[in-house]
Amino acid sequence: MKVLAAALLLAGAAIAARAQAPVSAQVRERAITNGASPQNLSEFGFFVDPGAQSPAPGVTPYRLNTPLWSDGSEKLRFVYLPAGTKALADEDGLLKFPVGTALIKTFKLEGRLIETRVLLHRETGWLALPYQWNAEQTDAKLVVAGARIEAKTPAGEAISYAIPNKNQCKECHALGDTVTPIGPKARNLSAVWLTDFAKAGKLDHAPKVARRIPLWEDRAKVPVAVAARAYLDVNCAHCHNPVGAASNSGLFLGWEIGDPVMLGFAKRPVAAGRGSGGLEYDIVPGKPEQSILYYRMANLEGGVSMPELGRASLDRDGLTIIHAWIRGLR
Amino acid sequence: MRITALFIVAASALALAAPAHAKTIAVAAGEGGQSRLQEALIVAEPGDVVQLGAGRFVLTDGLSLDVKGVTVRGAGMDATVLDFSGQKGAGEGLLVTSDEVTLRDFAVENTKGDGIKSKGADNIVYYRVRVTWTGGPKETNGAYGIYPVSSTGVLIDGCKVSGASDAGIYVGQSKAITVRYNFVEQSVAGIEIENSRDALVTGNMVTRNTGGILIFDLPNLPVMGGGNTIIEDNLVVANDTPNFAPKGNIVAGVPRGTGVMVMANDGVLIRSNTISDNPTAQVLVVAYPKPFTDKTYNPLPRNVILSGNRFSGGGNEPQLPGGDMLKAAFGGRLPDVIWDGIGKPPMAKDPLQILSLGVPGPEVGMAEASPSLLNLVPPALSATPAGVGAPTALDARAQP
Repeated sequence: MKVLAAALLLAGAAIAARAQAPVSAQVRERAITNGASPQNLSEFGFFVDPGAQSPAPGVTPYRLNTPLWSDGSEKLRFVYLPAGTKALADEDGLLKFPVGTALIKTFKLEGRLIETRVLLHRETGWLALPYQWNAEQTDAKLVVAGARIEAKTPAGEAISYAIPNKNQCKECHALGDTVTPIGPKARNLSAVWLTDFAKAGKLDHAPKVARRIPLWEDRAKVPVAVAARAYLDVNCAHCHNPVGAASNSGLFLGWEIGDPVMLGFAKRPVAAGRGSGGLEYDIVPGKPEQSILYYRMANLEGGVSMPELGRASLDRDGLTIIHAWIRGLR
Repeated sequence: MRITALFIVAASALALAAPAHAKTIAVAAGEGGQSRLQEALIVAEPGDVVQLGAGRFVLTDGLSLDVKGVTVRGAGMDATVLDFSGQKGAGEGLLVTSDEVTLRDFAVENTKGDGIKSKGADNIVYYRVRVTWTGGPKETNGAYGIYPVSSTGVLIDGCKVSGASDAGIYVGQSKAITVRYNFVEQSVAGIEIENSRDALVTGNMVTRNTGGILIFDLPNLPVMGGGNTIIEDNLVVANDTPNFAPKGNIVAGVPRGTGVMVMANDGVLIRSNTISDNPTAQVLVVAYPKPFTDKTYNPLPRNVILSGNRFSGGGNEPQLPGGDMLKAAFGGRLPDVIWDGIGKPPMAKDPLQILSLGVPGPEVGMAEASPSLLNLVPPALSATPAGVGAPTALDARAQP
């Protein structure tokens, strides 16, 4: 009887703890590192007030200079490092985060929280999990199989918004067989943020970045080639790189790529199918309308549209930059 | 007692051979099929079977599998149908990115992009899978039906593909490949092996495509140097569908009515096939015809060998520049084997005359051509491909 009573008490305590979870101000490091996939976002304790996305102590917001487009949704990014650990800078590349790190990205449309994607650095590597927000905006629930939501973009277009499933997270986040963060590369973070992060003891040093990716809102102030290459790096190169999901295409769109054929100049497609749009080359200098890259960006049909994942409407600002860049190429 | 002990040892050995708690996850067709099926493909563990019920799964998004050693098994290629007619996103119907996967006994219909793609998925088996675009050959159909790429160890056995706007079965940038006993029709290419090595293409029926079996090597790709491939005992019959590939794709240049076509590649043996009624060319051997800058790429076909093929009909409606004049000159039909004349001619183990188009070099075009008939010479023994095909261990996963 004593055993049973104790068990009941324990169970009661667990339920009480769960009920309090949304207002907890403490990140639960074990939720990040242990083997399970928490069913609710609140179990991590990343937010003091989840609905307002106000971060718990130790959870640092950041932004990317040029972000992935994602139908123009508002994105709130946070990073959490376990107490007493720090990330290592690797020149202008991805910050090297210790085990126990969580990267958190919340998507908002029409002023509402839609989904939060988390990347958890475990002993076994990075794990990507998608969480869908409830109607009350109090918590988000794990949706390993993804979901579709009717929504409106900031441009006012009605779309079927897709929350990626766990495998689709990996499609973009895999280099070879390894899951990896994409966004927080030093070149796509501001010098001020890096310095502050280092001062806070979360980064070994603020790295010198030779060629920083420009702020997307400053795209008209920088050479069009810089803005265009920044856009391609951020929106395309996570797949279009030599060890990414599109490695077999031979089309590589990273910031560091110099080879013109790899970048698509006078390069023929290999497996484009009707994605070619009847065109011969990925990029025809001077002729955006004859370039497959532009055609696929400007198309929303499955099997044609690029990127394949993470968008349901056209990025008109992105198209403008890519159009101007290709038109100016000789 | 000793016998009992032995028994226990044997039983534990068996237990070790299969993952300890391999299980079957049953997924029925019907309401919520998209998320139930996708969730099963995510929670499956190595050794598990995801068992698809009979019926039609109505899907709105591409599916994906990223767990090693999983079998996805339906109730038969006509009983279990994954219907992508209403697909909204993703570049293919099903994407596999893990090793040692078996896909069997189900169908994929009307995907917006490719049917089933497996990338970097070693030792994959496709067995009795059907991929169909039900509206017949259309430019708006997806590109590839069955599409393994960047993989070592590929077995495609007993599958059926119809309506692909590129290749019905396409194996790219891979090695150790067997494509056998499949039926491909009404696609631009029936079977295409591209930038790959050590492939065995045998016992297939390819008909009513634009081209039957294509062995290509293309420049500017991460994996090049295709070759060491055997094409034997296939039926390559009446591939006469007008080319409906979107322009820009390499297969858009395949003439309607091509039986077997080799472009670039080193070491292709075409042996004991029945090649009938392909109206342009029963066998066509060519160099890569387009400009390229890749210095590591060899555009010429080398060591292409013909042996013991049974030819009948064909060559009567050649879709080649000057084809009508050539046809008249040869009394109504072209010879069975046509070579563009660039590099060294194919070789034959039996007395065979071929038509050389006499194109003087790559990137020159037919305007400068001077056609002639050649007697083929036998190959050196060392030139014959050997050691082709998928690892034999994969056969165990391709059984009824």
